[in-house]
Amino acid sequence: MAVALDKLSPDLREQRLREVEAAVARHRDKPGALLAVLKEVQGILGYLPEEALKKVSQGLELPLSQVYGVATFYTLFNTRPRGQHIIRLCESAPCHVQGAREVLEALKRELGIGPGEDTPDGKWSLELVSCIGVCGVAPAIMIDDQVYGNLTPDCIPGILASYR
Amino acid sequence: MSMVTLTIDGREVRAAKGATILEAARAAGINIPTLCYHPDQEVKAVCRICVVEVKGSRTLQAACAFPVAEGMVVNTQSPQVREARRTILELIVARHPLECLQCARNLNCELQTLAAQLGVREAPFARLEKQYVPDTSSPSLVRDPAKCVVCRRCVETCQQVQGVGVLFPINRGADTVVAPPFDHGLLDAVCAMCGQCSLACPTGAIVEQDHTRLVWQALGDPRKHVVVQTAPATRVTIGEEFGMPPGSIITGQLVAALRRLGFDRVFDTDFTADLTIMEEGHELIKRVKEGGRLPMFTSCSPGWIKFIEHFFPELLPNLSTCKSPQQMFGALTKTYYAEKQGIDPADIFVVSIMPCTAKKFEAGRPEMTDSGFADVDAVLTSRELGRMLREAGIDFASLPEEDYDLPLGISTGAAAIFGATGGVMEAALRTAYEVLTGRPLENLEITAVRGLDGIKEAAVEVNGLVVKAAVGHGLANAKKLCELVSRGQADYHFIEIMCCPGGCIGGGGQPIPTTNAIRQRRIDAIYQVDRDMPIRKSHENPVVRTLYEEFLGKPLGEKSHHLLHTHYVARQRYPG
Repeated sequence: MAVALDKLSPDLREQRLREVEAAVARHRDKPGALLAVLKEVQGILGYLPEEALKKVSQGLELPLSQVYGVATFYTLFNTRPRGQHIIRLCESAPCHVQGAREVLEALKRELGIGPGEDTPDGKWSLELVSCIGVCGVAPAIMIDDQVYGNLTPDCIPGILASYR
Repeated sequence: MSMVTLTIDGREVRAAKGATILEAARAAGINIPTLCYHPDQEVKAVCRICVVEVKGSRTLQAACAFPVAEGMVVNTQSPQVREARRTILELIVARHPLECLQCARNLNCELQTLAAQLGVREAPFARLEKQYVPDTSSPSLVRDPAKCVVCRRCVETCQQVQGVGVLFPINRGADTVVAPPFDHGLLDAVCAMCGQCSLACPTGAIVEQDHTRLVWQALGDPRKHVVVQTAPATRVTIGEEFGMPPGSIITGQLVAALRRLGFDRVFDTDFTADLTIMEEGHELIKRVKEGGRLPMFTSCSPGWIKFIEHFFPELLPNLSTCKSPQQMFGALTKTYYAEKQGIDPADIFVVSIMPCTAKKFEAGRPEMTDSGFADVDAVLTSRELGRMLREAGIDFASLPEEDYDLPLGISTGAAAIFGATGGVMEAALRTAYEVLTGRPLENLEITAVRGLDGIKEAAVEVNGLVVKAAVGHGLANAKKLCELVSRGQADYHFIEIMCCPGGCIGGGGQPIPTTNAIRQRRIDAIYQVDRDMPIRKSHENPVVRTLYEEFLGKPLGEKSHHLLHTHYVARQRYPG
């Protein structure tokens, strides 16, 4: 799970922020670098905290509001620490008609959380997303980078167990 | 220019190639309703209110964004178009509070006008009002996202026109909210408090902090001696609050109206504008003679001050230490005037009529208490004064013209032009030339610094020294000049910056609408005011002379230093 920046040891925190600065510096002066930088920064910190976005804003000479606006526009970016694994359930029409709603109910039941929430132990986050491009195997979810398709509610406990 | 011919609503219309359907239609007198469209801004095409039928096109098209083409056939009034427009508007209204009666923009709201125009009488969609807490953190502005229609006009104003970039759309889709980053209030952002966003807003999502109640209270308090000052720009704009055309000069009616509201003295910020020229002019001369920090920036515009404090704190030594005319007025009223009249300054209540929302912030700055009290107690924008006069039932247009009270109501044409971009520079050059050379200036009108070009330059020879001046208005232009100065690439002596495009006549507290076309008409009017004044040079203001003889001593003297000058605060680039 991504650890909140202010929960890290001072040394580690400094080190991470230096990595963020280096990532920003690599993309400086390239037009349209913002998305690439945000992706790298999230790779370093696991999420996009205010302190890191201020460095992005300063380094790319973009208003902080714009950096934050872009970070909140894309569902793949998080501005707060999320669980160790992020489950993304497709809520687009093809998945919907193939039973995504029931799959969501099963996820809610198993995890005890709703969309946009994290389990208290920091293991799981649940999100609803638009089409993930695998309509052929609807309904589908992604857990981190792994796609699971042709789901029924019964599949969920087994899939979750494989991450334990 | 190459032209195309198209048909709109069965009429043949000629339009320039590259024009939009909206532009072509409006030029031909065919009105297409709009909401996110703004004549001075880029096309956004987000609200979709302006949809029209284009023959051969599968779907309806946004007229504001769709370019005309030869032989194009457009229908702006088909049943399908009317139905779509109404549905779009009903969807917007379903998310918008229906509390028009309690809104500062009641009767001057583009959404309300549209709903009336398109005949929205029913609410077929379920109410989807989001619960937002209004942001009241700023002493200048109130932001209520519940009323926001996400048109992004304030975003363009804040980002591009002002180069500040506090506001941006956050989140996506139905959750989008235009706000400062990380749920910060405007007070915790780099906001200049200029209020240009409130001019751009079609609804009441961003409005001024209301001081009318404060002023009514003071006016109703028999122990208070309530003094009012009127900013230079307000004498050519407040008529618009009463339906008069932009550029109406209403100085005399304004004085009469304020008297009828019950102010004990009606004075003029123009008086302290003249005084500013004396102090700032001598400061410039001192810096040039003694090798002080140059170029010197003007300091009348509080949005500009807040901006430079956040974005270029290293340039604060370049700022003139002169307080703005509003603050000089307050400090003098509670000292010089109080003394002269034998009134306890604790009983004096100073109200400013300002074109500006940042003036509210300025009046509340902790530095602005040199009289021993808050130098200025309440600041009303032109819009708030309009509301108060309407509430009092004053028939503005039929008022007789009256004169300002003595002594702080005497001013010159040089002070009036403070209201337009370039005006402070022109006024300063008129005085600097005559004070330094002892010769009368042949041509008073320094037209090189006038007008709506973003950055203007002038050079005036004074006693063998070529004084190089630059004028910038709108903070994006201020930023350009600051960057030049920072890099040592600006060899100017004196730079005038006004926070708002066009200067104070286009200030964030001015009547709505304020567009560039309207700004130009107000500018024309303010130069007319100058031409009509018997005295047009600040150093010839007889009351300013008396003030120095009786009270201040000399420009930059000890009393001036204490009452009329200030210092600035280096603020963070990333506060909050």
